[in-house]
Amino acid sequence: MTHPFIALTETDREEMLRTIGVSSVEELFRDLPAGVRLGRELDLEPALSEQELSAHLGELAACNVDTTRELSFLGAGIYDHYVPAVVDTVLQRGEFLTAYTPYQPEMSQGVLQSIFEYQTAICELTGMDVSNASGYDGETVTADACYIAKHATGRRKIVVTEATNPQVRQVVKTYAPGFGLEVVEVPHRDGTTDVDALAAASKDAAAVIFQQPNFFGCLEPAPDLAAAANDADALPIAHVDPLSLGVLEAPGRYGCAIALGEGQAAGNVMAYGGPHYGFLAARQDFIRRMPGRIVGETVDTEGKRGYVLTLQTREQHIRREKATSNITTNQTLLALGGLVYLTWLGPQGLREVGETCLALAEHAKRRLVERAGVELVFSERATFKEFAVRVGRNAREVIRDARARGVHPGYALGRDYQGMDDVLLVAVTEKRTPEEIDRLADVLAEVAR
Amino acid sequence: MKLIYEKSQTGRRASAIPRPEGLPPAEVPEELRRAEAPRLPEVPEFELVRHFTELSTRNYGIDTGFYPLGSCTMKYNPRINERLVGLPGFAQLHPHQEEDGAQGALELEWRLQEILQEVTGLDAISLQPAAGSQGELTGLMLVRAHFADRGEDEQRRKVVIPDTAHGTNPASVTMAGYELTDVKTDARGNIDVEDLRAKVDEHTAALMLTNPSTLGLFDENIEEIERIFHGAGALMYYDGANLNAVCGISRPGDMGFDIVHINLHKTFSQPHGGGGPGGGPIAVRKMLEPFLPVPAVVRRDDGTFELDYERPKSIGKVRGFTGPFGVFVRSYAYMRMYGPGLREMSETAVLNANYVLARLKDAYDLPFARLCMHEFVLSARNLKRDHGATATDVAKRLMDYGFHPPTVYFPLIVPEALMIEPTETETKETLDAFCDAMLAIAREAAEDVTVLKEAPHHRPVRRLDEVRAAKNPVVKYGFDDAKTPQGV
Repeated sequence: MTHPFIALTETDREEMLRTIGVSSVEELFRDLPAGVRLGRELDLEPALSEQELSAHLGELAACNVDTTRELSFLGAGIYDHYVPAVVDTVLQRGEFLTAYTPYQPEMSQGVLQSIFEYQTAICELTGMDVSNASGYDGETVTADACYIAKHATGRRKIVVTEATNPQVRQVVKTYAPGFGLEVVEVPHRDGTTDVDALAAASKDAAAVIFQQPNFFGCLEPAPDLAAAANDADALPIAHVDPLSLGVLEAPGRYGCAIALGEGQAAGNVMAYGGPHYGFLAARQDFIRRMPGRIVGETVDTEGKRGYVLTLQTREQHIRREKATSNITTNQTLLALGGLVYLTWLGPQGLREVGETCLALAEHAKRRLVERAGVELVFSERATFKEFAVRVGRNAREVIRDARARGVHPGYALGRDYQGMDDVLLVAVTEKRTPEEIDRLADVLAEVAR
Repeated sequence: MKLIYEKSQTGRRASAIPRPEGLPPAEVPEELRRAEAPRLPEVPEFELVRHFTELSTRNYGIDTGFYPLGSCTMKYNPRINERLVGLPGFAQLHPHQEEDGAQGALELEWRLQEILQEVTGLDAISLQPAAGSQGELTGLMLVRAHFADRGEDEQRRKVVIPDTAHGTNPASVTMAGYELTDVKTDARGNIDVEDLRAKVDEHTAALMLTNPSTLGLFDENIEEIERIFHGAGALMYYDGANLNAVCGISRPGDMGFDIVHINLHKTFSQPHGGGGPGGGPIAVRKMLEPFLPVPAVVRRDDGTFELDYERPKSIGKVRGFTGPFGVFVRSYAYMRMYGPGLREMSETAVLNANYVLARLKDAYDLPFARLCMHEFVLSARNLKRDHGATATDVAKRLMDYGFHPPTVYFPLIVPEALMIEPTETETKETLDAFCDAMLAIAREAAEDVTVLKEAPHHRPVRRLDEVRAAKNPVVKYGFDDAKTPQGV
């Protein structure tokens, strides 16, 4: 039986083989040496119908405890923000969903204009001059930025704060040997980065990477960190949460060379870690060192405005081994989701989401201290939507016991930081309610200490 | 068409954000507070939907029509996959969920790994790389880790790449800290084995090869190539961009390759979304498994699944978490709907390509007169020589016939290249209509080349000035310019 995704009838096949001038499909493979042929059927389970497949994947999905089944305060880089219906509506348009990279601009004005609008939104959020069309995630765009910094400065050292997302640091370290870079980490002091320590480390550095808000949720003295990097002629790179940028200053306004981050919070579902988009924006100086696709405005032969992939001489298909990056496929559809979401929010909505997160997180801090008797780890620091609490016993056990009561209380910081085995990182987005926060406090009151 | 920013009016909005009552407002410290709001669009939701709907009509996907973009495998994307990836158990699952709350996700990843092992003929998988080019880079990092482990990293600095390779291959070589050695293509479209023999020695770390190549030709000397590389102690890397040609027929592992990346967004039907997301898992031989990225997804003896971070020789992480999970859901679903029938998928892709080739080879120049695999490369040099029509002209004119053009000017060794990949998910009627259009265009070139030169005639824009865009880059909306946009 022919598979439903294949449309050729027996008559079609015969006619086609005749036109080709061969007698069988087998003959089409005559260039393959016998020694490299499989010579048997693939050892895979039999084909499933759509209905059977739905049942199978429905069962697998049901084995997961997602945030609709468990009250969750997990964050640590990926956040449970609300994704409005319009995002799905736009992303399910087949003309967007099933297109390839816009190599032929006259066929692709829809996606090209969308990316141009996305680039504009990212530049507005970050206060930068140029954004690419997206990278894989918040981790890989940081590695990309190191490559920019290496070539822009000719230096071989990358400084990254210890309060930067551990996965980001891991990816940077994985890429660094190939780039010929060494990575130096600057420890935090009481939850934020010490400016003097950073200044000392910045000497001869190509770039200084810090996260705002940092991995502990604390607000870094970001303008001072950027200034320290600039004083050493290292490029200051801010890894930022896009949803914080309605209330927190844009990195471009405090001297950063590059602003980047994980876009998931703005318009993508969590999806067990992807696909999401990483955004990367920079000052004008670096436009010809940017990795990946960039869309530019132009005109057609009649003078009508249109959009094309531009500055392609940076890219691998033209520059090959001298390219600024090897990236081709990026995360366009997810970035489009980001644009739709940011459009849905508008400037007011963006500020309000930030304010709601702030207010709820402050409320949660108070409630957890009062009702659950936990202790804020960095009580002197201002935070945005996430904060660390000491729960008095192993945080992974607290998570286990809280989950048995239907609440996931947060991320165990001891996974990444020594001396923090009893610390939980609690994330509070605008989706949480004061009642849910009380429930968390009640559960922690039972299982902490 | 106006930009969304040109439709914006201060005070309009699409969203209402919950503002919990009774909570004191919180503020960030003044020195960190945003001074000026970002100029995001201010539009009501219905204008938002209309804007993006109109934009979508100015785009073209597989859902719109035939898309024979060579090397991109633009096949139909089954809609069930979109429904499945949206199940709350997948879409709303936090990646830091404890393993016992993510068993379904881990099982799906493990099962996908098992399928990819069988399809590639290799022993271990990492799903982590986000796209083919990241799979390449990851693969080269594994090569380095392998030789470093044997004390040969400093000795082996060269990676060999044929002149037909995707640009990502040489770019990845540089990013991995290697040096490039180019190798030529012979008169039959295979790697020039004599050239190769002269260039492979104890300084060679690896070969990167796409097989079938970007010419759509299976390298007839693959067994000899394998002997040359493994004989010199080097590794073999397979660029899986063209895997759609050989599923169930010939496996990279059986061809001798040690590392493979698989483009889930090509062969296994992850929709490409106008430029991504993709997925670029890598498959490796047993000896390379210790170096794979962490975490590994493994099955315990009791049948449950876990993330294994205890891999002391691992290269580290190349992306967040375990990879682009939503892509895994779609590709796993797709492969389960085929099962062993993946062979029929590849056979049909090859049949379709050869049929289109047979119908077009007299009107266009065929640089290598062989049967093709899942794609083939024609040259418009005959049209250029006789009538002044280029590959670009043919491509732009195809748009007027309602088809997405093939890949043009690639691979670089074929002048005026037209790289055509029909895939298996097309009817014969569609293939015939495309062939008829290509033949009509060849006739038009002879009769009146200006019809081609001025194409496209029926798209939302005419031919766009790419040189101008690169010379004076305008890469975001100029809010302050306040000029009347042209032609909207």
